Amino acid sequence: MSTVAAGELLATQELSAYYGSRQAVADVTIAFRRKAVTALIGPSGCGKTTLLRCLNRIHEINFDARVQGSVLLDGQDIYGGDMDPMAIRRRIGMVFQRPNPFPTLSILDNAIACAPKGLNRRGKLEAAERALRSAALWDEVKDKLKTSPLRLSGGQQQRLCIARAVAAQPEVLLMDEPTASLDPIATAVIEELMSSLCKEFTIVAVTHNMQQAARVSSVTAFMLADETGIGRLIEADDTGKLFTKPSDRRTEDYISGRFG
Amino acid sequence: MAQSASRNRNLARRRIIGGLGVGVALTCAVIGAVCLLIILGYVIVQGAGAINRDFLTQLPHPVGVPGGGVGNGILGTFIILGLATAMAVPIGLLTGIYLSLFGRGPIPEGLRFLSDVLSGVPSIAIGLFAYAVLVAPLRHFSAFSASFAFMMLMLPLLVRTSEQAIRSVPQTVREGALALGMSNFRATVQIVIPTAMPAIITALLLAIARVIGETAPLLFTAFGSQFWETNPNKPMAVLALQVFTYAISPYPNWQAQAWGGALLLIGAVFVLSLGARLMLRRAMRGLEA
Amino acid sequence: MTAEPRFRRVARFVSPADRGFAAVVYAGSILFALLIVGLFVELVLGSWPSIVKFGPAFIFSSSWDPITSKFGALPMIFGTVMTSLIAIVLAAFIGIMAAVFLADFAPRWLGQPLSFLIELLAAVPSVVYGLWGLFVLAPFMRTTLGPALQHVLGWTPLFSGPIYGVGLLTGGIILALMIVPTVTAISRDVIVAIPRDLREASMALGSTKWETAMRVVLPAARVGIFGACVLALGRALGETIAVTMVIGNRPEISSSLFAPSYTLASVIANEFTEATTSIYTSALIELGLILFLVSMVVNALARLMIWSVRGSERV
Repeated sequence: MSTVAAGELLATQELSAYYGSRQAVADVTIAFRRKAVTALIGPSGCGKTTLLRCLNRIHEINFDARVQGSVLLDGQDIYGGDMDPMAIRRRIGMVFQRPNPFPTLSILDNAIACAPKGLNRRGKLEAAERALRSAALWDEVKDKLKTSPLRLSGGQQQRLCIARAVAAQPEVLLMDEPTASLDPIATAVIEELMSSLCKEFTIVAVTHNMQQAARVSSVTAFMLADETGIGRLIEADDTGKLFTKPSDRRTEDYISGRFG
Repeated sequence: MAQSASRNRNLARRRIIGGLGVGVALTCAVIGAVCLLIILGYVIVQGAGAINRDFLTQLPHPVGVPGGGVGNGILGTFIILGLATAMAVPIGLLTGIYLSLFGRGPIPEGLRFLSDVLSGVPSIAIGLFAYAVLVAPLRHFSAFSASFAFMMLMLPLLVRTSEQAIRSVPQTVREGALALGMSNFRATVQIVIPTAMPAIITALLLAIARVIGETAPLLFTAFGSQFWETNPNKPMAVLALQVFTYAISPYPNWQAQAWGGALLLIGAVFVLSLGARLMLRRAMRGLEA
Repeated sequence: MTAEPRFRRVARFVSPADRGFAAVVYAGSILFALLIVGLFVELVLGSWPSIVKFGPAFIFSSSWDPITSKFGALPMIFGTVMTSLIAIVLAAFIGIMAAVFLADFAPRWLGQPLSFLIELLAAVPSVVYGLWGLFVLAPFMRTTLGPALQHVLGWTPLFSGPIYGVGLLTGGIILALMIVPTVTAISRDVIVAIPRDLREASMALGSTKWETAMRVVLPAARVGIFGACVLALGRALGETIAVTMVIGNRPEISSSLFAPSYTLASVIANEFTEATTSIYTSALIELGLILFLVSMVVNALARLMIWSVRGSERV
């Protein structure tokens, strides 16, 4: 893991995650490169989504979820006793596998669902425009800001969710297979968006699609479940290097399609 | 050949039996529907004659004086239902939220069991309870005690439906709100409950439809009144109770008014059921998307 | 890393707003639970004097005499059980057949409006049924249906004796009308939930629709349908106003279905506000307690059965 230096914005140390007594992820230590896209790849059930969900403490909303080890944001453990998970989630935004706009709010209100409070109407509109522009959605929705987001296409809904996350002005953006439920054209738009967003945000994206990882990320981390079903980090490296000269045999097997 | 002929005969017999069976089933469905139409027909024909402006707006007249109306009963029904709704909605919604958020374990299961028990308790027994806690200690009948009984009758439906409605809001919507750094409180109140609202309103309409014609617990709670009573701490006239007392009275004038009141009750129940149905359609549409 | 694994305990409600929210939610739920427990406790407390004075004999004694303060619940238990039995026998047959028709035979254009009508029937207030029963059904029973039944079946004790119009049979029929919608609606849901494959397999073997419904669909749905009937029985047992208006209100046990009778619920409805002595009131509350316990058992039974077929989903 030579290229992933310590002292990055977001890093994990010996991170393990559990659902009840079942361990899902074991001993992951990784630092995510600042203002770049890191792709988490691996076969289904390798714990990549669980790992991602530990990074903003959304994992813990599950009934019996537990975490061990630490996640460092700017050198501070987000699981520390005095940390407020809500404040952390504002600094670490998240985009989900399926678009999940708030069904009862308008497009405008969705975009600024988490913008700072106390804005007047004009301030709200400006904040919404800024967020929607950075999600490359403004031109498509500017005439129907007051309508329901459910009328938008899947790709547009997903970009609305990205706008919503960006509006909170986070430092990190977590993306859990953001194109899994989209068609190829919508996928291309989102991938392009990821490439532009990483100039501003540190992005960690889960994907099951190796081509996508190769296209959008600069660092790729490969995870695999061991024989007991516990997910482990196998290696993390520059995307170009990982896909051409992986240092672990199992990575090579996976990217050359020998299993998974 | 002979075998095939007998098989054909057999088949013909089975067809006839099948046809008869379907006929019996059809008859039963029609009996159910026709019974409604007969009851409905009677209530409309008998009731329509009794309904006029005086009937809706006047106080009851004393025995032997023609005319008069059930205006105070209609007003009382609104007051008692309003109070009952104001008490049942918060308790039902909060319990529904509790069950949907902390759904597992012995305590929520116990609460669900209690709710199911309550939904099966006869309304007359709930009336006795309201009497015991709100009438007997104060030594007077009151509209408020009737609201209390109605609240108990409305609660099981509200609790169960709001739990289901909140649960059926996709988990991803809730996670989306929490991932933005919203508190559980804000995520629930601002995002999850509005999404579940059409289903909750459906349940409320059905709950009101269930109690609007409920009479048994009123006998010893609201008790009835001859006046324009608006103080919930006093006995109050209620439409359903007036229908009952007029129906079993020996005076033709009152009996005619009972039919009028019955027509009003059926009308209210049908409007509420129809409203619930429309609301439900909206709820389904919201959750599909 | 220490040898002992250091788990992070999850704190889901940490912010002040969330703590307050959780507290309010808990408070509402506790209040709800207290109301139900309170209902039971109040019924027991209220009937305590009667329980102490009469003991178990209360259930087996058939005298109900406010003047001498001798109270026994047997006539009311008899009336309640008989009217409910008549109701459930009539309603189960009509309701299940109607459900089969609506679920399996009816074309859409007929099935949907019929289902809607029957659901509306379920919402008609009890006092309206009572009114109709008192002014339409009871006279009809006295002048037409009763004599006809007596003409055919008068040789049995069940249909002998004078016909008043009001009585056990009239009460049972009114109750049947009131619970048919319950039986139909729930049975229909259970039948619709039976997998299509089962029907198709039977049709593919050359069965007629009727044979499929009787031999395949109904047996598969029997537990749920039985549950629907028990639930309807629970409603019949506790129904008050409609029965009070047509039962005749006489605390006697008679072998004739035409005879006036009394039910647990209707005696409370009629006499509670007129009860002058405290033991009289207490005896009436004990009737309410019996009603509460019986309907609780019946409902628990019904719900168990309906769950067992619908899985974890609740009715």
